[in-house]
Amino acid sequence: MLPRLVLRLQPSALALYGAPVIALIFTLAFGYVLFASIGRDPLAALHAYFIAPVNSTFGLSELLLTALPLALIGLGLAVGFRANIWNIGAEGQLLLGAIGGGSVALALWGEGVPGTFILVCLTGAITGMAWAAIPAFLRIRFNANEILTSLMLIYVADQLLGYLVHGPLKNPQGFGFPESRLFSAEAQMPLLWDGTRLHVGWLLLPVAAVGIWLFLSHTLAGFRMRVGGDAEPAAAYAGFSRPGMIWLSFLLTGGLAGLVGAMEVAGPVGQLLPTISPGYGFAAIIVAFLGRLTPLGVVLAAHLLALILIGGENVQMLGVPSSVAQLFQGVLLVALLASDVLVRFRVVWSTPARRAA
Amino acid sequence: MEESLWVAILIAAMRTATPLILAALGELIVEKAGCVNLGVEGMMLVGAVTGFAVGLTTGNFALAFVVAAVAGAVLSMVYAALVLIFQVNQYAAGLSLTILGGGVSAFWGQPWQGQNMTGLQPTVIPGLSDLPVIGTVFSRTDIVTWAALAACVAVALVLTRTRAGLILRAVGENHDSAHALGYSVRGVRTLAIAFGGAMAGMGGAYLSCVMTPLWIEGMTAGRGWIAVALVVFATWKPARVVLGAWLFGAVSVMQIHGQAMGLAVSSHILAMLPYLVTILVLVLISRDATRIRLAAPGSLGKPFKPA
Repeated sequence: MLPRLVLRLQPSALALYGAPVIALIFTLAFGYVLFASIGRDPLAALHAYFIAPVNSTFGLSELLLTALPLALIGLGLAVGFRANIWNIGAEGQLLLGAIGGGSVALALWGEGVPGTFILVCLTGAITGMAWAAIPAFLRIRFNANEILTSLMLIYVADQLLGYLVHGPLKNPQGFGFPESRLFSAEAQMPLLWDGTRLHVGWLLLPVAAVGIWLFLSHTLAGFRMRVGGDAEPAAAYAGFSRPGMIWLSFLLTGGLAGLVGAMEVAGPVGQLLPTISPGYGFAAIIVAFLGRLTPLGVVLAAHLLALILIGGENVQMLGVPSSVAQLFQGVLLVALLASDVLVRFRVVWSTPARRAA
Repeated sequence: MEESLWVAILIAAMRTATPLILAALGELIVEKAGCVNLGVEGMMLVGAVTGFAVGLTTGNFALAFVVAAVAGAVLSMVYAALVLIFQVNQYAAGLSLTILGGGVSAFWGQPWQGQNMTGLQPTVIPGLSDLPVIGTVFSRTDIVTWAALAACVAVALVLTRTRAGLILRAVGENHDSAHALGYSVRGVRTLAIAFGGAMAGMGGAYLSCVMTPLWIEGMTAGRGWIAVALVVFATWKPARVVLGAWLFGAVSVMQIHGQAMGLAVSSHILAMLPYLVTILVLVLISRDATRIRLAAPGSLGKPFKPA
């Protein structure tokens, strides 16, 4: 008896929404074995990882705060991935948003302009878009692989941020540390929930989720994106513009990632530092896949990934390296991709037919 | 400018190019078999951490490279399983490998984080080292640098002059025809992917055992991705991989020798150069879409499922 894959006539909806559950269960089982293998009580460690961090109102607010960047970037990526357009450089677009937004905040430092934070966010979205426009342009004009170009631009953005905080934007009274001034109060995101770090930017999440949902399911452009991914030849035959789809998905994700970058530096971080993102741009790729490229799914998946990021910090108290978070992300994504086989295929157990000699 | 500086730059460029040559040759074979593995970065990281761990604890660098190759190959089997059995999109599978490899290396490498050691030293060949210029180059380069060049010749010969190479190319050009002829498409691809993993693992080990003998999380800094880009840049030809890698090596060295050459530019700006050059050459080479399509293996990136 050998398992064999047989193509389904219709993709299985049960498998589509069941796969993330299978992947999560697999990841938890992996975590159990991992913690046991390094000599920790597995249940206590899993509790410390997945339950303790959100067992308080402050913990919950931190979960919402961490899920916000993941969800916003994941929403943008979901649109592009639907159309089979691979923007892997959201991390770089986030950094440019932080640089653009942060520069505005520092330029208006001490000026006391009310509502500066709005300008910071807008500038961040625009600089993120501009950074995302580079791989889009190179793809359309020169046929250059967008995965590689958008990825290379992450490292360029990282060095640019490093250059700025070591040089032009360094705090003149900062004793030479590579960091900018702390933004003035009017450039910082107003808090939404007193006693926590959750800021008004969170209000954009439901707006973005509903907006993307409307776009994908109720507009012609959204329909084109879906056809472009499901059946590219059909989209080409129908005359749907491929460059248009590439521009749209890159500018959308770039704008959202840039906004996220600006909100991070104007929110929980409060200044420009050499490192401002714990890999939100990469984790958002997992969020998009785990959320089945649907807005509601992305929002839910963002909170799971946020928990994985926060839990990694929490288990350090048990002497477990925080990089376990990155390991869990990898295992979760691999398990998800493997489980997805059940969406398009049925597993049939059969004895292979004997070959004629 | 004095000669010694130019020789120093040449040597540094060759050393910088070595991990790229190793990883890109591996990826070239994988792509010749019809698969794009975007997990090179993850496999290099796993190779770097295992190579470092073995090098530090045993001092035996031959063993370090072997273990790194095995580690890279083992990780590549995750990609092979996803793509060949679970019918996963190759891009997604490769990305997941990069994320997984980053996680595995960071977690497992925690005890060694930030440690350094005395790396593999250049091999001194008596007599040869006394020659001017060439002798200097030989006496200041290590055996792996030369082995990588030999590997390029070997890969080129196997691809074009052997039956195994012919089968590999057949599988990559048209997997359905190769399957119909009775070749095991999955078998060939599994071996190719394992080779790619082993080469990426050794590329990683070169970083952590020779070039900068230390271990830091994420120390490959995008070199795995540059290796993938190099394969496109080389239009799937091994010799051009070496040329491309030397070009990147030369550009990267500007970072180290920039000040000596009188460039008053921030080191951060100079550090951008390898990535910007990668983008530039990708643009130049991809501009001609027809040429890329003709040079690329016919079944590259397409899913294969035997009936």
